[in-house]
Order: sequence, then C-alpha cells, then structure tokens
Amino acid sequence: MYSLLQTAAPAGPLPINDLLFVVVPYVVLAVFFSMTIWRYVKEKFSYSSYSSQFLENQHQFWGSVPWHYGILALVAGHLIGFLVPRGVLWWNSVPARLYIIEGAALIFGIITLIGLINLIVRRASNPRVRAVTSKMDVVVLVLLLLQVIGGLWVALTARWGSSWFAAVLAPYLWSLFTFQPDASAVAQLPWSIKLHILGAYAIFALFPFTRLVHVLVVPNHYLWRRFQVVMWNKRASKAE
Amino acid sequence: MNVRAQVSMVFHLDKCIGCHTCSIACKNIWTDRKGTEYMWFNNVETKPGTGYPTQWEDQSKYRGGWEVKGGRLRLKSTGKGRIITNIFHNPHLPTMDDYYEPWTYKYEDLFNAPAGTDQPTALPISKVTGEYIDIESGPNWDDDLGGSNIYAANDPNLKDVSEEQRQQLQAVERLVFFYFPRICNHCLNPACVASCPSGALYKRGEDGIVLINQKRCRAWRSCVAACPYKKTYYNWSTGKSEKCLLCYPRLETGQAPACFHSCVGRIRYLGLLLYDADRIDEIAKLPPEKLVEGQRDLILDPNDPNVIAAARKAGMPEQVIEFAQRSPVYQFVKVWKIALPPHIEYRTLPMLYYVPPLLPVLGSTANQVYENGVDAKAIFHAFDQQRVPMGYLASLFSVGDEAKIQYVLRKLVAVRTFKRAETVGDIPMAVALEALKLADTTEAEVEDIYRMTSLPTFAQRFVIPPMHREEAIEAFKDPQDHKREVGFGFTASPKRGL
Ligand code: HEM
Ligand code: SF4
Ligand code: SF4
Repeated sequence: MYSLLQTAAPAGPLPINDLLFVVVPYVVLAVFFSMTIWRYVKEKFSYSSYSSQFLENQHQFWGSVPWHYGILALVAGHLIGFLVPRGVLWWNSVPARLYIIEGAALIFGIITLIGLINLIVRRASNPRVRAVTSKMDVVVLVLLLLQVIGGLWVALTARWGSSWFAAVLAPYLWSLFTFQPDASAVAQLPWSIKLHILGAYAIFALFPFTRLVHVLVVPNHYLWRRFQVVMWNKRASKAE
Repeated sequence: MNVRAQVSMVFHLDKCIGCHTCSIACKNIWTDRKGTEYMWFNNVETKPGTGYPTQWEDQSKYRGGWEVKGGRLRLKSTGKGRIITNIFHNPHLPTMDDYYEPWTYKYEDLFNAPAGTDQPTALPISKVTGEYIDIESGPNWDDDLGGSNIYAANDPNLKDVSEEQRQQLQAVERLVFFYFPRICNHCLNPACVASCPSGALYKRGEDGIVLINQKRCRAWRSCVAACPYKKTYYNWSTGKSEKCLLCYPRLETGQAPACFHSCVGRIRYLGLLLYDADRIDEIAKLPPEKLVEGQRDLILDPNDPNVIAAARKAGMPEQVIEFAQRSPVYQFVKVWKIALPPHIEYRTLPMLYYVPPLLPVLGSTANQVYENGVDAKAIFHAFDQQRVPMGYLASLFSVGDEAKIQYVLRKLVAVRTFKRAETVGDIPMAVALEALKLADTTEAEVEDIYRMTSLPTFAQRFVIPPMHREEAIEAFKDPQDHKREVGFGFTASPKRGL
C-alpha cells in the first residue's frame, strides 16, 4: 500500500485508476478467499459442478467439452504469463514462435466462445435445463460471455498480447501480490484491456457465490489413489 | 487371510408376487424429495423385460462394470486416465429418458375448472419442468408384460437364447414371466466406488455397506455410469448422486431394511457373510466360467476355527462372528448352494443372491396324464420343457452355465417331491429318496431348506448383527456426548447451492 499512499496523497481524492486497479483487486481477493472458505466450511453440501448432463445429453457435449478445453487452455496461458513472464518474452523473441503462441491462443479463444454460446443456447432453450438454472447461473454465463468476447476483442485489436501481458500486466499483478501495488502502467493501456481486467475482477468477486466453486474441488488424487475406498468406523470417527 | 464381514442378502424369486410393496416402503422413506422422484433404490422388474433404466443389462450401451485387460481389472466406463477427457461430458451416462420423466397431475383443476359440459380432468405435468407432458414411460412401465414384443422381446438376456426358444417365449399359450426385485448389491468390488474421482463413495469396513458421502460428491457422475446394475442415481436438483443405503440407520438399531421388513412374499433374507478381503482382486479377475464358484470360494466358513481366529485377529467383535454363524444367507449361498449372484460377469462381486425361480412347477406327463413319482429321473425331465428357457436364467445368474441353474432347480424340486411324499403320500418314499440323491441333497438338508423357505420367523430371516458403532465411539469419547453433539452428523440443510 506504500506506493498507493504516495501517489494518492498529493492528488487529494483517490485517482480513479488506483481505485479500480488497486483498491478493487484487494477487495476482490478478500471476498474471494473469505467467502470460498466460508462456503466450504459451512455449506460444503453446496460445492458441486451441478451437472445437467443427466437432463440433456447431446447439446451438453457441444457446449461443455469445447468450453472446458478452451477455458482451461486460456487460464493456463494467463497463468504462465503471470508466473514466468521472462520465459514468455524469451520464447516470443523469435517471431515464428510468437505467431504459434498467438495463433494457438486465438484458436482456443474461438473454441471457448463456441462452447460458451452452446451452453447458453442450451440453457435458454431446453425446458429441463431451464428448470435447474439459478439466477447466479445466468449471471455467470453472461459475465463469462462478456469476458470471452472482450478477450477476443483484445486479442484482435491489441496485437501480441502474450508479449505485452508478460511485460506490462505480469509486473502489475506481481505488485499486487507482493503488497506493493503499482497500477501506473495499467493507466496507459487501452480501455478494452482495462475492461477485460475489470471483468476478471468481477468474475473472481462473484466466484464464491456461484457454481464456479467446482473449479476448486476438481479431483486431484484419483489418479494415484487405490480404486477401492474402505472406511472404518473407528478410524474415520477419529479423523473427524 | 483378511477376514471381513458383509451384510448380505438372498431373494427367493419363487416367492416374489410382484406387489411392489418393497419399492413403496423404500420410496416413502428415502426418495420422496425433489430430484429423487425418478429414483427407485428398490425396484421390481418383470422378466423377461427391459427393466429400469431401460435395457440396463446391455453393457455395450451403458459400459458398466469391469473388464480384464492385460491381466488387470479396468473399469469399462470412465476409469483413471479417461476421467480427464470424460469429466466434462460422460459418454456413457444414462439420461432421464432412459429412466422416465417424473410427473404428477394437476389435481387442482378438478376443483377449479369452470362449470362446463364435460368433466374436468387432471392433466399430467412434469415434476422437472412443471409443464404438461405426454407420459411415455414410468416406473415399471413394462410390469407384467411378459410376451410383449416391445419389452419382453428386447430383454438383453435373450441374446444367448436360441431363436426357437425365443419364439416359444412369445407364444401366447406358453407366456410366462417372473419378478426380479433389485436393490444395490453392496458389491465386494464395487465399480461405483472405484470410479468416483472425488472419493465420495466408500464401503464401510464393518458391514460392507456402500455409501455416497453427500458432502464430497461433486456431480462428476462417474458412479452412475460405472455401476453395471444402475443402482446409483443422479439427483438433478441437488447435484449429488444417491443410492441405496441398505437402511443403515435401521440396521444399526436392529431393524431390517424397510424393503425387507415390508416384503409381503417374505422372499428376503439378510445376514452376514465373512470373506477374505485379500482375495477380492484375484477372484474378480477369474475367467467368466469360474466366477460363480470363485465368489463362493471367497466366502469363509464362520465355524472354521482358523477363520474364527483370523477374524478375532482382525478385531471382529465376538458377537459379529456369532451372528455370521447363524446367517441364513450363508446357508443359501454356501451350504445349500441354491442362491446365485446376478450377472457376476460384471465382476463387481455382488453380495445380493437370488434363488432362481421354478417357472411354473412342471410335472412329467405320459399320455397327457401326470405321472407323479413313478420314476425319480422323470421328475427332473420336465426341465427341458421349462417355459423360461434355462439359457435365459443362466444368462441372469450363472454367466450362461445352465448346469448351475439345473443344480439349483433340481434341489428345489427335490424338496417339493420329498415333502409331498411325506405329507401327501402320493409319491412313493423310495422315489423321493432317489430324487434327493439325484439332486445332490439329503433328508436333513431338505428339511432345513423347507423350514427356511416355508416357515421362517422374522428373526430367522433377518439375522442383523450388532453394528457396534457405540463401541467405536467409546474408544475416544462418551457415546452420549457424541450423540448429543453430532446428531445425524448433517447440520446444514441439503439444498441446492447457488
Ligand atoms: C479441471 C477443471 C474443471 C472441471 C473438471 C470442470 C468440470 C465441470 C463439470 C463436470 C461441469 C458440469 C457440466 C454438465 O452440465 O454436465 C461443469 C460446468 C461448468 N463449468 Fe467447469 N470444470 C472445470 C473448470 C472450469 C473453469 C476453469 C471454468 C470457468 C472459469 C468452468 C466453468 C464452468 C461453467 C460456467 C459451467 C456451467 C455450464 C453450464 O451452463 O451448464 N469450469 N464444469
Ligand atoms: S450394485 Fe452398483 S451401486 Fe451397488 S455396490 Fe455394486 S457397483 Fe456400487
Ligand atoms: S415386497 Fe417382496 S413380494 Fe412384494 S414385490 Fe417386493 S420383493 Fe416381491
């Protein structure tokens, strides 16, 4: 918060840029962590992917599968840019490699969009699926749609995102996580990118109150555990 | 030897009258909530018939159970590895259309309809969408439709039956069907447990009941696809899977499960079996023709001193061993060998056994006159004319081995012959005794089978072991305190999340 105080002090009221890109992300992080944990502890029963495949099977395939493959690749891409920005810049130093990564990102973006549109159409058109659609499902799908379209817009208008993400946004994000927030670089970015960042904050803020929590409980030990699970009353009770 | 106890069951199919009392008893207790309307933890099928969900035995469609590949057991549906690709869309998941869409009627229309020239009607509305529906199937949709060319003719078990016999099954004057009540088999090698990526399903060590932890289930729905008997169900409203729990809250207080307790035909038996848990994998991998024998072999003799010693070493309470010794299931399965597992070729090692039906009881005839008891061999000749082809029963209960079905039916006929010779007297005792020999049984055994199938008391049918939960808790806490603190252990309401 040190640099925030420094930049904020002379100007009097908090500049809008700092409000949106420093104060907001901290509020979002606080909500995200406290509420997911609270929900996990208090309302564990409500952690579920709420699959609706049982109610509608075919359209679900063309929605869920491209959506998940696409979004997982995109999330992984963003994560790599955040974790090893230098590696990304090094990789991108050869133009051919830059084109590969940008092309792949664009393709995954389009796959994601197709999947998401299918999910939305399915939810709106199938009466059974509509019957299990909550208000938050609608909010999530609309937000994700805006975010994916925004992301594609950024990819098409602000070229070589993988490079400028690593050069500009990764340091910004790191500054947040190391509690020395510095949003000055973000201020220079075009409004489309700013909106994409704010969209991400909105999704993270609403995350704990939606079905998105299923992302946090994806199984991880299945590949290693023994097939059969046997629970003994004595041992299980002790563990609880 | 790793001795474990399993609460096991026998259903005597000759006695089932298809009244569905069991299904209703279960439904009223467990599945009358939103999202569970379509679930029948206990259902009673008409066989031959397609069953519920429709054609559940057709594993080329549903891919339930295990297969042996390269000397190892592998789930046919989604196992390790394949879960990564199949979690977003499970290619083998049955959908609501394979069961039925639950409905009710708009009863208020009967009262609120404006006065008119015709009678008001209550139209059916879906319990999922609330909209009007055309009912296309329902629970027991093919009830009593033996001989139907839509249902009975499409029974997957008829695959192994010759065309000629299949024709005969359809012939009106030979029409026949029997009832096949089904609950979860609480298998020794459960595919449902093995398939769950979250590890939400588990088998209880003490009694072998297979349960789903509702707080750990995340709707990955692998268990629904993996169970070859389709006995786990997906609750579309809460986003959790549910299954038969063998009424464990009742068992723990010494009561028989609701479906057992209410059974009108008194076809159901419940008791412990001891088995060697170290050999599960080995037995489940046996070639198909050895599976029935192999599973019988897995079950241990509760009177064998070695077994008792091993059980004590494994920490089994003395009372549990005693109850295992009195188990009616042990008699049916291991001593008399007249109860067989359903579709053991799915390799889950089901622990619910069936006494196959004699359908209908046949006598041998000469010149269209029944010739009871002239010749012991003739008593069994009638099997060739059984209206339900032997191959059909074999497909259900013995992986196609007709000899195993014949063995059971012979014994059942021998019991009847002997008791008839004894009580009615129109069959010479010598013939009856000869029949016993041919059926590999003795007077004493026949008497036991007769008593257990015809005259058993409640306490003889259901030998419910003490579950000893209180002792487990006692080890670290005052059971009374524990009871006050946790109740049933579920303090938040089980409702759908955001
Ligand atoms: C490895 C990670 C993930 C797994 C295993 C997973 C699994 C699932 C499953 C099983 C469903 C239910 C689909 C059905 O109806 O049958 C689902 C739905 C959904 N998932 Fe994921 N998911 C993952 C990651 C994500 C991510 C990263 C996001 C987005 C940020 C996401 C967003 C959604 C959404 C929006 C739905 C609802 C789709 C609908 O409207 O029906 N998932 N997920
Ligand atoms: S019958 Fe199905 S649900 Fe029951 S234990 Fe066996 S595999 Fe699991
Ligand atoms: S209650 Fe008993 S006799 Fe009636 S259908 Fe169920 S199993 Fe058969």
